[in-house]
Amino acid sequence: MSQPPLTLNQPHQFPGKLIIVEGIDGSGKSTQLLLLQKWLVSKGFNVFFTEWNSSELVRETTRRGKKSKALTPTTFSLLHATDFANRLYHDILPPLKAGMIVLADRYVYTAFARDAVRGVSPAWVRKLYNFAIRPDLAFYFKVPIEVAISRLLGGMRGQFKYYEAGMDMGLSQDLTESFRIFQSRILTEYDKIVSEYEMITVDATQEIEEQQNEMRQRVSQALEQYKPKRGTHGRRETVFWRRFGLSKPE
Amino acid sequence: MEDARQYFGDGLAYLNLSDLKGRLIAIEGTDGVGRSTHIELLQEWLEVQGYGVVTTGWTRSNLMSKTIEVAKQGNILDRWSLSLLYATDFADRLEHQIIPALRSGFIVLADRYIYTAFARDAVRSGDRKWIRDVFGFAVVPDLVCYLRIDVDTLALRVIETSGMNYWESGMDMKLGADLYDSFKKYQGLLIEEFDKMAEEFKFEVVDARKPPEEIQDILRAQIEPLLKNNGRKPDIPLEQSPSGALPANSSPSS
Repeated sequence: MSQPPLTLNQPHQFPGKLIIVEGIDGSGKSTQLLLLQKWLVSKGFNVFFTEWNSSELVRETTRRGKKSKALTPTTFSLLHATDFANRLYHDILPPLKAGMIVLADRYVYTAFARDAVRGVSPAWVRKLYNFAIRPDLAFYFKVPIEVAISRLLGGMRGQFKYYEAGMDMGLSQDLTESFRIFQSRILTEYDKIVSEYEMITVDATQEIEEQQNEMRQRVSQALEQYKPKRGTHGRRETVFWRRFGLSKPE
Repeated sequence: MEDARQYFGDGLAYLNLSDLKGRLIAIEGTDGVGRSTHIELLQEWLEVQGYGVVTTGWTRSNLMSKTIEVAKQGNILDRWSLSLLYATDFADRLEHQIIPALRSGFIVLADRYIYTAFARDAVRSGDRKWIRDVFGFAVVPDLVCYLRIDVDTLALRVIETSGMNYWESGMDMKLGADLYDSFKKYQGLLIEEFDKMAEEFKFEVVDARKPPEEIQDILRAQIEPLLKNNGRKPDIPLEQSPSGALPANSSPSS
């Protein structure tokens, strides 16, 4: 109640940093975020990772709703917002307040894009997520739909999932075709969102290392003023034993 | 207003409201004020007159009722998650129960409506805007009856019946040292919020300290005009029972 209201439209005041990635399935964003995490950890930063739609609070409900195909565009949207709220409160805010770097695989922009395509009012979704924190860096991995499809079909992911392919929208009986139509529409929405929220677009058809290079350069710039609180645990033990002239026990 | 059914704010762009010919009546009020008893009596009264009635209750959706129960047991809900759980439950009932029933011409009696969520969120956050934006997709009811009670009477009544529980006492807000203190402060704040909304949204305010029969009569009188103005009023005259007495017109306390 005493905190200033959080809002997507102005920078947050916490000591930590929030870095997020967006993009359709098959854009390679999760790979890039993982590589970024490896790099940051190797540099000694305290990093916390959080992923879209992963809170325990509604995971079971979402799963059940998806399975029974009982979700409407609005309940689908609200369940994801609940998940996000819960993660914001438990996973994102505490590390940001503690001065850590938070990496988020998908953020509210995923909802803005998907829900709009499902027919939910874009204005409403933005108001719904008004309590979110504005990221310090937001990367959008832009990829043509055919590239995404070939990556997904060639990879280990197997079949497209019902909701990810937008099968609830009755676009096509064919899973791949439905995915193509649905995700193409999402790409169109992303294009609008990227300029609305000034996200950094990465050409996701480039080689993995090239993209990662670009990402690291951006992050490195953004972290120039950042004073990381280095973790002491893991080191403290050694120091403790050294002080008493003892060797570390097994 | 009579024919143009409206969304509260940003509505469901993919749904058409123009053919919802039923009536939507919400009964609001704090915990333990007697809402469900009166809804039962109203349903009986309406059905005897030949109206189809569907009742819908807060947190009772197929999708969410269990989730909310489990979440509340954990006592770790933040303000946003709590409000969004309510909103999800409400959306599920709206799209799967309320709107289809209204489309088929039923009278929908809602035990609590969006105003409950507004009150609960406002006392937790002091912010009235966000929660109203969230519930923008709600259909504006034809009538909101607010069963109003003072917090002292309410406290006695709740102790005598169900007893005070964690959430009804707003224990998550840490307002008081114990259940009783917290209950009184929390419910007091909620009543204040409801009172403000009663003016803003033109609730019909009913004094819930009156005897149940009297309250029921008042509620029926408030609902009656909606039925008469409803072009759907049955053409078939009510059958006279041989004795000339209609059981549904007897005292509701029976």
